Amino acid sequence: MMDTQTHRYADCLTPILGRLGSDAINLLQILRELQDCFGYLPADSITYLAKKLSIPRSRIESVASFYSFLHLQHHGEYRVLFSDNITDRMLGNQPLLQAMCHQLWVQLGKVSEDGLVSINTTSCTGMCDQGPAMLVNGHAITRLTHQRVQEIAQLICNRTPLGDWPADFFRVEDNICRGGLLLGNKLEPGEILRTALALGADKIVEAIKESNLRGRGGAGFPTGLKWEGCRNAQGTEHYVVCNADEGEPGTFKDRVLLTTQADLVFEGMTLCALAVGAQQGFVYLRGEYQYLLEPLQAILQRRRDSNLLGKNILGQNGFDFDIKIHLGAGAYICGEESALIESLEGKRGVPRNRPPFPVTHGYLQQPTAVDNVETFCQAALAIHMGADKFRAIGTEKSTGSKLISVSGDCPRPGIYEYPFGVSVREILQDCGAVNTLAVQISGPSGVCIGENEFNRKLGFEDLPTAGAFMVFDDSRDMFEVARNYVHFFAHESCGFCTPCRVGTSMLKQTMDKIAAGHGTQHDLREVENLDHVLQSTSHCGLGRTACNPVLHTLKHFRPAYESRLKSLDFEPAFDLDGALARARQMTGRDDAGAHLKMESES
Amino acid sequence: MSDTFQLDGKTIPFESGQTVLQAALAADSYIPHLCYHPEFKPHGSCKLCTVKVNGRTAASCTMPAEAGLNVESDIEELNALRRTLVQMLFAEGNHFCPSCEKSGNCVLQALGYDLEVHTAGFRHMYPDRPLDASHPDILLDFNRCILCELCVRASGEVDGKNVFALAGRGITKHLIVNAESGLLADTNIALTDKAMDVCPVGVILRKGVGFSQPIGERRYDKSPIRAQALQDAPREADNKGGCDACEDAP
Repeated sequence: MMDTQTHRYADCLTPILGRLGSDAINLLQILRELQDCFGYLPADSITYLAKKLSIPRSRIESVASFYSFLHLQHHGEYRVLFSDNITDRMLGNQPLLQAMCHQLWVQLGKVSEDGLVSINTTSCTGMCDQGPAMLVNGHAITRLTHQRVQEIAQLICNRTPLGDWPADFFRVEDNICRGGLLLGNKLEPGEILRTALALGADKIVEAIKESNLRGRGGAGFPTGLKWEGCRNAQGTEHYVVCNADEGEPGTFKDRVLLTTQADLVFEGMTLCALAVGAQQGFVYLRGEYQYLLEPLQAILQRRRDSNLLGKNILGQNGFDFDIKIHLGAGAYICGEESALIESLEGKRGVPRNRPPFPVTHGYLQQPTAVDNVETFCQAALAIHMGADKFRAIGTEKSTGSKLISVSGDCPRPGIYEYPFGVSVREILQDCGAVNTLAVQISGPSGVCIGENEFNRKLGFEDLPTAGAFMVFDDSRDMFEVARNYVHFFAHESCGFCTPCRVGTSMLKQTMDKIAAGHGTQHDLREVENLDHVLQSTSHCGLGRTACNPVLHTLKHFRPAYESRLKSLDFEPAFDLDGALARARQMTGRDDAGAHLKMESES
Repeated sequence: MSDTFQLDGKTIPFESGQTVLQAALAADSYIPHLCYHPEFKPHGSCKLCTVKVNGRTAASCTMPAEAGLNVESDIEELNALRRTLVQMLFAEGNHFCPSCEKSGNCVLQALGYDLEVHTAGFRHMYPDRPLDASHPDILLDFNRCILCELCVRASGEVDGKNVFALAGRGITKHLIVNAESGLLADTNIALTDKAMDVCPVGVILRKGVGFSQPIGERRYDKSPIRAQALQDAPREADNKGGCDACEDAP
């Protein structure tokens, strides 16, 4: 006989498994929905689910604990996560965070005594142009102010259901500041697909190759070559995957594309399916963009109803293709294409060993074309315009236009579309930035440039970018910028390989040591050594680029570091007085007698 | 006739499907390694076996062997990297060799000696990792876990039990067992399991036998790991074909 608890799990899981299927490949989606029932994943619910899926419970625990948004312990009825990108900090998220903790009587990172609420920070939620931002139970809230935070705290105290909160809290603006061919696209859904069908698979691949289109996710691999490789690879099935796991701090262009040009994204995926011979497509949507799920599902349904998806698309016999949306659960590493595929398969998002590459051994070890949201849009435009016209935009090696996500110190943050080859200075002028000290191009894993480099141009020839463009004026402390990025990498390292798992934490310790006033020249030299180890031995790009924020800011803004250093060559990180902090907290004392006197002061 | 590649100037023959490390070990050439075990599919997480292949660094345990490769391994640049990786593993966990019953039989310790790791190099993290002594015959001391996943692979691939798994992410990654209580006593592990014999450090220990072989007379007390590691490697090349390095590849 089932006990009450088991009944609760059965009531929750039966419809979920009925809809998603009792297959471990859907584990991540199942866990997301199971958590929606209980606010976390109770231990015995995992045991119950393991039986239903016929997999060891250790595997479920292993997967669940990998993702930041899944919780194995009770985490409060309201789970508040403050976006903690440097742009949120610059917009003042720290005082807001403290005020909220104070008002709700809860410590950062802990659950309140009454189990009502937990407050913590999370990596950039992609709202940099309308921050400070937060997630409450996975729902994005933008434009936080002291007043808004106070209202939210009150709503939580009153246990007001999230659905009854003011809609304005959840309003997300597009902030399109400069349009172009892509953002200005007004083609009817299906129009490009008709052109593509008339061309046929071979000519689609040829046209994409001739357009010189390169991937917009940052790495810039030629899209035509990828599609051709996928098309030619042997497999029982072929797959198309849209990487909408837009996790690089400072990037939010895919959010705007999925809001304003979703049809074009799906059109691009569908013509890719035609080109590579795929019947199933996936959109891997980052968990932070959960609010986009319903509108996107509605658009997919409309496309099915218009015969733009499904069987015999547009009457073409045998052209079957459909798209599923898979939600992430808070793991930056899943933006790496092989980690993304692992996550799609319901596993931990650990990057695979390569070769083989996804193009031959991707989803379920079958040939898979994984492309960025913007790449699918650009591919659709290239088919619509023809390769020659597409190639005429931009530069020789960087054809077409590029969406730039501008945030930070400027009066007009938002989305800007430029032909490749635009200079950093021109973008700064357009967004109204003044007294600019530095720009972080393409996020923490990209490059930080100073004023003497503002004439450099965005494009694969000079400054490749996935789109992030964070502006810092001369009031900013670039050491703190780098420290924020270093914390980000340490938080997001998947932990698979030794150098990245340990190295990113060592780097974080070093930056914190310098911030605490204990740093020395020795520590700066150690960063360079660490960089060499991470560059040479890391499993994937996360570890290889993790030291960049420090190295780049050291190059341009060394005084920001040196002003914090002790003149000694070495200084232990251990702080005797700091070690008493816990005792002070427990006794509620903070008077002079509760502090160790420094020798020089005594 | 099989193809060959060059390793530190020596010609190494290989069969299709072998990785650089597998071919090297089969040809009596030692490359330092830690998470690799000849009986399991290599996965390349510890990175100790990093070599330079045609000038670029790569983990040799997962790098498919190819004809004509120029592989460098025993050079100071790479040994310096390996030294740092060993230091990282020591700093990450709680490794107190003098009181550890695995001392002398520990691969991490043996590699430390062999690679001449003379200093800590990093600030120790001193993580809080409680023991699991729940099982009557087996002790788990997580303090020494280096996350090589050998027990995970052995229990899954050989024992078919999945007693062990890794949980968490990044620096909080840790070993767990397959039980709702989180305790080893509530799993179906047996002393005869393969998973009991693969831990390179002192995490999975049999109770009651700790010091029956005195420290000083143990495996790596007698001669360094580089002189003994080849005994662990299969002498016959794998003739199954296919790419062993490719996770789940057909």
